[in-house]
Amino acid sequence: MTGPDTRSEDRPALRAERVTRSAGGRLILDGVDLEARAGGTVGLIGPNGSGKSTLLRLLAGLLAPSGGTVTVDGSTPAELGRRETARRLAVVGQHAATDTDLTVRDVVGLGRVPHRRAWAAPGAADREAVWAALERTGLVPFADRLWHTLSGGERQRAQIARALAQEPRHLLLDEPTNHLDVQHQLELMSLVAALPVTCVVALHDLNLAAMFCDEVVVLRAGRAVVSGAPGEVLSEGLIAEVYGVRARVVADGGGTFVRFLAPEAGG
Amino acid sequence: MTATAARPAPKEGRARRRPGAWTLGILALVLLASVSVAITIGPARVSVPDVWAVVASRFGGGESGLTPLREGIVWELRLPRTVLAAVCGAGLAVCGVVMQSLLRNPLADPFVLGVSSGASTGAVAVVVLGLGGGALSISTGAFLGALVSFGLVLLLSHSLGGTTDRVVLSGVAGMQLFSALTSFVVMFAADAEQTRGILFWLLGSLSGATWTDVWACLAVLVVALVVCGARAVQLDAFAFGAESAAALGVSVARTRLILLSVTALLTAALVSAAGAIGFVGLVLPHAARALVGTLHGRLLPVAALSGAVFLVWVDTLARTVLAPQEIPVGVVTSLIGVPAFVLIMYRTRRPS
Repeated sequence: MTGPDTRSEDRPALRAERVTRSAGGRLILDGVDLEARAGGTVGLIGPNGSGKSTLLRLLAGLLAPSGGTVTVDGSTPAELGRRETARRLAVVGQHAATDTDLTVRDVVGLGRVPHRRAWAAPGAADREAVWAALERTGLVPFADRLWHTLSGGERQRAQIARALAQEPRHLLLDEPTNHLDVQHQLELMSLVAALPVTCVVALHDLNLAAMFCDEVVVLRAGRAVVSGAPGEVLSEGLIAEVYGVRARVVADGGGTFVRFLAPEAGG
Repeated sequence: MTATAARPAPKEGRARRRPGAWTLGILALVLLASVSVAITIGPARVSVPDVWAVVASRFGGGESGLTPLREGIVWELRLPRTVLAAVCGAGLAVCGVVMQSLLRNPLADPFVLGVSSGASTGAVAVVVLGLGGGALSISTGAFLGALVSFGLVLLLSHSLGGTTDRVVLSGVAGMQLFSALTSFVVMFAADAEQTRGILFWLLGSLSGATWTDVWACLAVLVVALVVCGARAVQLDAFAFGAESAAALGVSVARTRLILLSVTALLTAALVSAAGAIGFVGLVLPHAARALVGTLHGRLLPVAALSGAVFLVWVDTLARTVLAPQEIPVGVVTSLIGVPAFVLIMYRTRRPS
């Protein structure tokens, strides 16, 4: 109960320190720092190609950084090993495509892969985790539907359910609200924010980021421009600088709201 | 994301699906019955009790009560041939399942990595060019050729980046190269008799089955089944691609290398015993999937058993339809396989 324990309390659950990543001679990430506290929700925002997806892949240990270090609960993914990393950390990617005839239940069951042992059929714990994930995402009525009959939004929810069935401590999501209507966007983000897990979520929608994230990290051309609480970070100047668009940012008691303005005629 | 008001207990979801064990038990019985019955079919009359009497006398000692000639027909000719058919059918179907899942390509089959063309080049090198100076059998030549070809394809795909499509493309390149080599040697060096023998072997035939072939193939099949079975769950994880498998805790490169190697080894063993029997490895996995779904814990054993049953009957057809002439079993598998394939593709078509 002394030194080391107190420090592990303060230690960020997920951390990227000065990470760089280059591919094909091009620098995709250039010395980015990110820290996510256990249970917190961090939003990654920035234009297309700013390096959000690559940063998530590095945090998940799916890519190795060219420089800098990534740690999950204080250890690098390489130290933890693939399987242990997958038990602690779940990823919901942007495009989930498959040709095989899997049911929603089967897809959600894939979340149990890191927990299952060879030769063993799924046990009670596996079935309960799958069921809980289906309930939490409202997919119980869809359990026996085939994957290729689902709409884009239903597929997204099924992937989230799969990630929940993994029972992770940390969750990485790459633009999870992409194919969803407004209602499902809000439901999904409240679900994610309410989960007792660390979330790092790449988002396009600045208002969603402002509503649901404890902290945002703004990426631009592979560099973290600024990070902090959404209310402090999101400003008209920043949006103009990062996205090159005009906007009004209104902060009242209820939160921070971004309203975009049409481009000025003639630029 | 709301919880449903009427919440059915998890048990309900559990009870609905468990056809796996039943399907497996029934298929195992069908296989046993198929082997017993298929052995009785042919010019010499043998009954099912005769077959079992011979097997019992061989394993348990004692007399089978049959004449030595008929006992020889059962034990030396029909039994090894039928069992080899079952082993080949099972092995090819399992290799097909693993290749299709691992490469995420419904057209992948056990020969997609050039194993069969390498085997044919090896066989031709032994038979026509006299490689090994008579010390090598056609099977050994085929086996070595298959391994050389698989090694080259693996090396090529690795140097091209190792992604799934590169593996398939490397396999196609290897296949073309070794087919061309085989044709070249056959065209310029083989006499008519050799050409006929080679062709028969290339099309796949179980007519030369011996107990040595059976035991060798069975041993490799058992090893392959154990290795693939232990990785059934990892194979499921490949449904959404390699990166998603990695995110689910699968060591993608290692799993891929182990599974590709073990299936290539099995295919090489089967091809060197019975030639390149086509279509079983392509069609049976799709049929098995239609039966029990995509999860490999059930799919692998079901594919193995149905592949075994399928090839036992196809080989029986191949040796009886035009008797005393024999049709290469590979020709019959394709003649039956093509319509079956079209039917499966038609049944699983999706509205666009």
